[in-house]
Amino acid sequence: MKVLVTVKEVAAVEDDFEIDGLSIDDRYLEYDLNEWDDYAVEAAVQIAEAADEDVEVVAATIGPERSEETIRMALAKGADRAVRVWDDAIADQTLLDVNAKASVFEQVVAEEEPDLVLTGVQAADDALGATGVALANRVGYQWAAVVNDLDYAAGDDVATVRRELEGGVEEITEVDLPAVLSIQTGINEPRYASLRGIRQAQQKEIAPHDLSDLGLDAETVDGALELTDMYEPESESDATIFEGGAEETATELANVLRDKGVVGE
Amino acid sequence: MSDVLFVAEHRRGDLRDVSYEGITAGRELADALGGDLHVAVISGSVEAFAESLNTPAVDAIHTVEAGEEFDHDTYAAATEALHAELDPAALLLPNSVNGLDYAPAVADSLGLPYASDAVDVAYDDGLTVTREMYGSKVETTVDVAGDQFVVSIRSGEWPAASGAGEASLEAFEFDADSVDDGARVQGYEEVGSGDVDISEADFLVSIGRGIEEEENLDLIRDLCDATGATLSSSRPIVDNGWLPKNRQVGQSGKQVTPDVYLAIGISGAVQHVAGMKGAETIIAINTDPNAPIFDIADYGIVGDLFDVVPALIEEFE
Ligand SMILES: Cc1cc2nc3c(=O)[nH]c(=O)nc-3n(C[C@H](O)[C@H](O)[C@H](O)COP(=O)(O)OP(=O)(O)OC[C@H]3O[C@@H](n4cnc5c(N)ncnc54)[C@H](O)[C@@H]3O)c2cc1C
Repeated sequence: MKVLVTVKEVAAVEDDFEIDGLSIDDRYLEYDLNEWDDYAVEAAVQIAEAADEDVEVVAATIGPERSEETIRMALAKGADRAVRVWDDAIADQTLLDVNAKASVFEQVVAEEEPDLVLTGVQAADDALGATGVALANRVGYQWAAVVNDLDYAAGDDVATVRRELEGGVEEITEVDLPAVLSIQTGINEPRYASLRGIRQAQQKEIAPHDLSDLGLDAETVDGALELTDMYEPESESDATIFEGGAEETATELANVLRDKGVVGE
Repeated sequence: MSDVLFVAEHRRGDLRDVSYEGITAGRELADALGGDLHVAVISGSVEAFAESLNTPAVDAIHTVEAGEEFDHDTYAAATEALHAELDPAALLLPNSVNGLDYAPAVADSLGLPYASDAVDVAYDDGLTVTREMYGSKVETTVDVAGDQFVVSIRSGEWPAASGAGEASLEAFEFDADSVDDGARVQGYEEVGSGDVDISEADFLVSIGRGIEEEENLDLIRDLCDATGATLSSSRPIVDNGWLPKNRQVGQSGKQVTPDVYLAIGISGAVQHVAGMKGAETIIAINTDPNAPIFDIADYGIVGDLFDVVPALIEEFE
């Protein structure tokens, strides 16, 4: 069987940063594998490791050449190979919308024909939280969003999942395959890449595709959403900030706690 | 085509707060568009729900009988059928965990643009959605092209609608049996009970990813011992297995309302804040002066927890 994992390189923003037009100045960004995708990769690799049959884990990403370094981390952790889609038309978008992402991955799914697709619940940067479910709908797979427990053995026709609802309630659901599951953090313990894994990853394939390779044109990704402004949110803070060194500020804070009557003397 | 359709949300017999907030958001948008606000409620005791949702802001309520609880195929199919019938400009859905499970499918089936997790919406010859990126570090505005669109709204951003209204009530004919059953809900389980109930505590010391290593938690335990506080945490600490689930504060953890909530090394992500904004006094210790947690804090220290916490422990020894 085959498991496709969608992965994304996302940037974390340093404490102090500057906005340059419609994006954060690159100097303040640190790129890494999206946190949620790390758990999705682990879930896929665990299925492959536990299987009697051959399970191929393919990572798919929409990202520029720079992202290969990050995608290689997924390979180092056990994915067998990767597909990377990028195009000038994608780079031109201020915000790649869900429709565009679903259209790209639809073609990847058509080519790879996976039995199971794992995505992260959301990407930490744009936080659209929609690619997996939109993709499932597009390709006619079943799906489940926000999965924090997965009971599935390679070759099974049904996966039993838990969806993490609000307020400490979990929904237990059976999902027929083929399916797309959006994976929540905490579902497993993502491994660190071993030195051997990192070495092996250098030999693994990251196949680049542009839109025309996938039979798509620029219009497909020219979505209806356009970013028009980015700014630091106006601070609504009216917090009293204690200034000074650790001792001074701790003393002030201790006084507040005593005032509130939550610590006795 | 200037109406707004909002789909309410309920679970195990209760309407969720976002249902009333969505009415407020929907009314604002309907007024800007010059149309009516339709509210749909799908599955469960739809008539009782309709009565609760019948607030002055609502023009029409559509009830759809279809099972008891949320299942995405039913919700998607019913919403698409309602959309075909009402042809609204805007379809508004909650950006809840269940919203995440059907809104993208509905938008995709309808072939409409989808803007998720809106914290504000405005319409002036076109839709503009305000949404956050990079874990609330920046806010963005997004223009949505076209005259029909799907928007999911973040909970807690609009005031809840209230009062008794005079909306028309209509039962919407929908054949629930014809819906795909490839995903079958088997049941629910409450998780996260255990030795302590953090929602009972008067004073919570809550620790986040700023603690860096599991060993460092001892420092926070010492602070709890010195002050008599109860220990809680943000999600990553629980995801890492460093604390049990019953210590997690937030959307998928516990909602807490202590007298004092001391957040240490916690950025203040929306899903965390959802669980603790009701605390009487919020105090934050964080190295990042721009961390969103300071927006809701009453007192703060911009500083390194590894310096401040030992000094604080000393104060009480
Ligand atoms: C569907 C869904 C449900 C979720 N449910 C929850 C939930 O219930 N609860 C929850 O908490 N999260 C939840 N999350 C996750 C949430 O989005 C955030 O990822 C999480 O809250 C971040 O936790 P954090 O603040 O501890 O970590 P981070 O966001 O990484 O913040 C760490 C903070 O520590 C500060 N820091 C670092 N070093 C130091 C130091 N030495 N001294 C002082 N400060 C320091 C940093 O400046 C930063 O602000 C959910 C997410 C999703 C998508």
